[in-house]
Amino acid sequence: MSLKIKALTKSIWVFHLAASPCNNCDIEILDLLTPRYDVERFGIQLVGSVRHADAILVTGSMNRKARQRLKRVIAQAAKPCFVIAIGNCSCSMEMFANSYNQMECLDNVSEVHAYIAGCPPKPEAMIQGVVALIQAQLAALKK
Amino acid sequence: MADEVVEGIKAKFGDAIKDVYEKSSRRTFITVDPARLPDIAEYCYKDLACRFQICSGMHMEYGFEILYHFAMDRANRIINLRVILDPEKPSIESIAKRVPAAEWIEREMWELLGIEFRNHPDMRHLLLSDDWLEGNYPLRRDWKEWRGGEHDTE
Amino acid sequence: MTPNRTQIIPIGPYHPLQEEPEFFKLHVEGEKVVKLDIEIGYNHRGIEKLAEGLTYDQVPFLVERVCGICSTSHPFACVNAIEDVGGFDIPERAKYIRTFVGELERIHSHLLWLGLAGHFLGYNTVWMWAWKYREPVLDCFELLTGNRNHYAMFKPGGVRRDFEDEDLPTAMRILDGLERPLLMFAKIAMADPVLQARLKNVGVLTYEDCVELGALGPTSRASGVPWDVRRDHPYAAYDLVEWDVVTTENGDVFDKVVVRVLEMLESVKICKQCLEKLREVRDGIDANYKEIPPGEGIGHHEAPRGEVFHYVRSDGSNRPIRYKIRAPSFMNVPTNNRAVVGYTVSDATITLAAIDPCYCCTERTIVVDADSGKQLMGWKELLRLSQEKTRKLMEKYKSRMDRVWI
Repeated sequence: MSLKIKALTKSIWVFHLAASPCNNCDIEILDLLTPRYDVERFGIQLVGSVRHADAILVTGSMNRKARQRLKRVIAQAAKPCFVIAIGNCSCSMEMFANSYNQMECLDNVSEVHAYIAGCPPKPEAMIQGVVALIQAQLAALKK
Repeated sequence: MADEVVEGIKAKFGDAIKDVYEKSSRRTFITVDPARLPDIAEYCYKDLACRFQICSGMHMEYGFEILYHFAMDRANRIINLRVILDPEKPSIESIAKRVPAAEWIEREMWELLGIEFRNHPDMRHLLLSDDWLEGNYPLRRDWKEWRGGEHDTE
Repeated sequence: MTPNRTQIIPIGPYHPLQEEPEFFKLHVEGEKVVKLDIEIGYNHRGIEKLAEGLTYDQVPFLVERVCGICSTSHPFACVNAIEDVGGFDIPERAKYIRTFVGELERIHSHLLWLGLAGHFLGYNTVWMWAWKYREPVLDCFELLTGNRNHYAMFKPGGVRRDFEDEDLPTAMRILDGLERPLLMFAKIAMADPVLQARLKNVGVLTYEDCVELGALGPTSRASGVPWDVRRDHPYAAYDLVEWDVVTTENGDVFDKVVVRVLEMLESVKICKQCLEKLREVRDGIDANYKEIPPGEGIGHHEAPRGEVFHYVRSDGSNRPIRYKIRAPSFMNVPTNNRAVVGYTVSDATITLAAIDPCYCCTERTIVVDADSGKQLMGWKELLRLSQEKTRKLMEKYKSRMDRVWI
């Protein structure tokens, strides 16, 4: 297991899973790939299938319909796989917590390895969040 | 210009017009008889060449209310046709066949407010999941919180 | 429908649209699309109901979260609606600030669409270039409003934050710097033979279809329907600045690209005029309305994708009793029923994207054999089909390509 986690911290391939977001976190994730931030130079790449992914970026507050799909997608991912909650909505449901179409928060559905708060978080914050996640995992391995 | 339109509607559908309220030169609210609404909507859409914007359905103390918003783009004006429906069993003729743009919004009002649209071409759930509790309409005033559903099906 | 020949390609549901992400089912016969099913609701968060529990000051923050890409359009329409309830007027400086924010957002949104459209065609160069030139626009937002997205600038009766005088020259410089790349995009769009071969006469939406289905924004203006709320129902400062409505005639995807590129140039023009006026007009930014009288109000704004429509009903308290939101894609998405049918599968991706439903890279598509339910093809393959077609065309037009890009 530890070897797998160590391998996972190199050049993370991410899958982007939008669970009823407002799109803002999503375009900021895409911003990371374009010339100004360009995280591909660190080997971070967006992949089209969750089966290739090392980390799943979840955005949005997850409504009833999206929740079913999200469960299925996370179950399909090759384990171990990090789940990163991006934006206030997926961290805490924010202002949608009282809505009739919301069921529960993301961390009730799946284990979450990193929370990146903000509405939307800046691209720099996302990079920092991923770095913090990698460092935490490596530190845990050393112990 | 402004009054020609209202007079035209009045002349054509005299007894179906219950009330005309000119809020300002840009907004006109016309209360009409629900039974004649499809004809009046078609008149606005075809003869007056209005653009169908959307419907707003709402649940008030005295019953259900639907506003059909039609924009007259040349005249900087919005004509709102208001119908008031029965509080117990709201039901109205669908205009989706005459005004195709209204198809989706009628589906939405049906599932969120529980207003029945007679002769709608394709009445299915639009926004909510298919396992949504029957007879549970979230935009009604007397809606009771319901968070079940999905657990039962899995 | 013959069961042996028709196959179903599901697209989605994971591609987030502003309020309504969709799940398309393409029914195909061989390469040709014969029918389209649209299913939405993966993004329904009950914002209309939530708005009934908030005060008028809080509602703009909530409706801002309807969509992150056109995140000023909804507050814009919202404050228009609330001001319409009481017939309020706002200071002129606030009008210019509102107009400026709204137009700058149009530039960023259209650049975003242009980039994604390029990506779907396999033209990743266009993607990277468009998003590269989008960054200065976001810088401009950060400078003037304090955030890259979700600016929280609007409140009923004015704006929340004033522009500082010393920031205006920087904003002007950014706008000046935008003109060259925008003209370059216009040139690419007009002259690139591959784009022409790929987009001309694809996904045609006729004038009649647009009128019938109530298509809005660039989708309808590309078909020659000159609906533009900014001109027809003037609000904010749109009747105080000079600009033109861009329309084209053909209604295909190519024309939708052209309309958007030309609109960005118009937006730059409007933004510059607003900045000039902001140097002189100083009559406050907030009219400070305390009470919203009973009544009803309608507000709209021409968002990058079309008209946003808000209806608010007030009973004299500090909360609305009914709040209705209509996003432009609610009207535009059903037009896909007409635009996609009859064309090939490889054209379907760009046609579905042409109405600008914020196709954010997370789609999953699988071709399922309608009889056996067996997966034949994934989203990746569909994208590959689309990109391969472009590559073939690129080779064919190689000599003419060089001329355009240099």
